[in-house]
Amino acid sequence: MIIPHPLLGPRDSQEFTYLGDAHLIERPDWQAADAQDQFHDYLYLRDNPAGVHRELWFHEQGDRSWLVVTRNTVTHEILSAELARDVARAKGRSK
Amino acid sequence: MRYSGFKVLKEALTGHKGWTPAWRDPAPKPHYDIVVIGGGGHGLATAYYLAKVFSKSSVAVLEKGWIGGGNVGRNTTIIRSNYLLDGNEPFYEFSMKLWEGLEQDFNFNAMVSQRGVLNLCHTDAQRDAFRRRANAMRLNGVDSELLDTEGVRKMAPFLNFESARFPIKGGLLQPRGGTVRHDAVAWGYARGADLRGVDIIQNCEVTGFRIENGTCKGVETTRGFIGAGKVGVAVAGSSGRVMAKAGMRLPIESHVLQAFVSEGLKPILPGVITYGAGHFYVSQSDKGGLVFGGDIDGYNSYAQRGNLPVVEDVCEGGMSLMPMIGRARLLRMWGGIMDMSMDGSPIIDKTDIDGLYFNGGWCYGGFKATPASGWAFAHLLATGTPHETATAYRFDRFRKGLMIDEKGMGAQPNLH
Ligand SMILES: Cc1cc2nc3c(=O)[nH]c(=O)nc-3n(C[C@H](O)[C@H](O)[C@H](O)COP(=O)(O)OP(=O)(O)OC[C@H]3O[C@@H](n4cnc5c(N)ncnc54)[C@H](O)[C@@H]3O)c2cc1C
Repeated sequence: MIIPHPLLGPRDSQEFTYLGDAHLIERPDWQAADAQDQFHDYLYLRDNPAGVHRELWFHEQGDRSWLVVTRNTVTHEILSAELARDVARAKGRSK
Repeated sequence: MRYSGFKVLKEALTGHKGWTPAWRDPAPKPHYDIVVIGGGGHGLATAYYLAKVFSKSSVAVLEKGWIGGGNVGRNTTIIRSNYLLDGNEPFYEFSMKLWEGLEQDFNFNAMVSQRGVLNLCHTDAQRDAFRRRANAMRLNGVDSELLDTEGVRKMAPFLNFESARFPIKGGLLQPRGGTVRHDAVAWGYARGADLRGVDIIQNCEVTGFRIENGTCKGVETTRGFIGAGKVGVAVAGSSGRVMAKAGMRLPIESHVLQAFVSEGLKPILPGVITYGAGHFYVSQSDKGGLVFGGDIDGYNSYAQRGNLPVVEDVCEGGMSLMPMIGRARLLRMWGGIMDMSMDGSPIIDKTDIDGLYFNGGWCYGGFKATPASGWAFAHLLATGTPHETATAYRFDRFRKGLMIDEKGMGAQPNLH
């Protein structure tokens, strides 16, 4: 698989390590009343779709940036790659 | 029809005209007491034990393709019960005991071959960890032996003992481990279940659940609605996809694992050998092919085929462990979809929906579990209580912090 890195262009997926579903960006609020339930779901439960999946890849052998890659889990086709930082900021996160 | 050596001889002399299909091809009935989804090893074993041990007569297995087309027909056939943790070891030993009597029990030659499973160690720390595991196994009444370098050399003189980087320091041997003809396991259970009245319905994909007031009343399928008193889901790599139709999210990711077979060679491997410095395991089939595999590819996948980096990694592992493998040609390779759970251990449990039960999260080690998983799931479906060896395999263990994490990797499925 070739990942279209937003800064470095097409890179072999071998340069990356894989973390999982991009929802892992959205860490729950630890002060919420139901924080325990939220953290259980956040940490352990997955949508695990057959089809389009947004997921976190780390460019370990490259510029060490985190990417959100959109990929089809049935065909392995990669549809897009964004900097995880941009995705998080667009959701209102400060860093 | 009972299979026997005499029957084979008789058919050989009479032109093989007396063989009949090993199971029927029934049309689905409108309602069953118990519907099992998934005609893999686990689903078929569940149906078999439901009929045989729990005397249930109204049971169907629904399979979207053909039975044995999933992981049960794609794995590297290794069976063992060499686990460390108490939540696992009694269950896998129960499975091993069932393997030992299986062929007589279901009257089918599954070629259960207890040729031994040898895990190699390459450092002192690894040897300590093996000693701990070997003792844990013995505390659970399971056979285990620690070998030193010479012991390993006696069994497998062709290994790369002189490697400067990964010298072989010894190994953990489970003599009762081994291999089983995987397709025959599916066929044997299917035939045994069918003989006891279970309907095995192929080309019947479950497309949804009918859930009324929190109770599952049956399943929608490509062959129409089928009503059910209870529904048991055992669809391995498709767990996420199927349970999503009941509105559930699981502690499971689907990943692809590849396997490889070389051309047929003269007998060389004494049993199953696993490398401790890279992820590589190998055995030799009765046809002579070296059957081997390594790590999962490591990203979510439903594709049943993997990518080349892992092929390279597996072959490097093989070359490093037993350089002679470099002369063998690769015949075939393929992939299967693993239901990788968040702690590397399975789930056999009720769901919050009445009448809906789940069996999954087998990771890349569910073949060895097939008999015990079938028995335990049948126990749960028939009695409503978990089997004594499967009490830890609950959904809520993640909420309660009671993970069964053999490798201590945490909630990171691609590391288990
Ligand atoms: C390459 C590879 C090597 C492995 N090596 C080993 C090993 O050496 N030792 C070991 O112990 N384990 C091994 N495993 C793991 C083991 O094969 C699996 O854990 C186990 O087979 C899973 O259970 P099963 O047999 O029931 O799965 P499957 O055979 O996959 O059965 C699930 C069935 O459900 C069906 N299904 C899915 N969705 C639906 C639907 N909507 N409706 C109806 N039916 C549906 C599928 O078609 C499939 O037939 C390996 C797996 C792979 C892929």
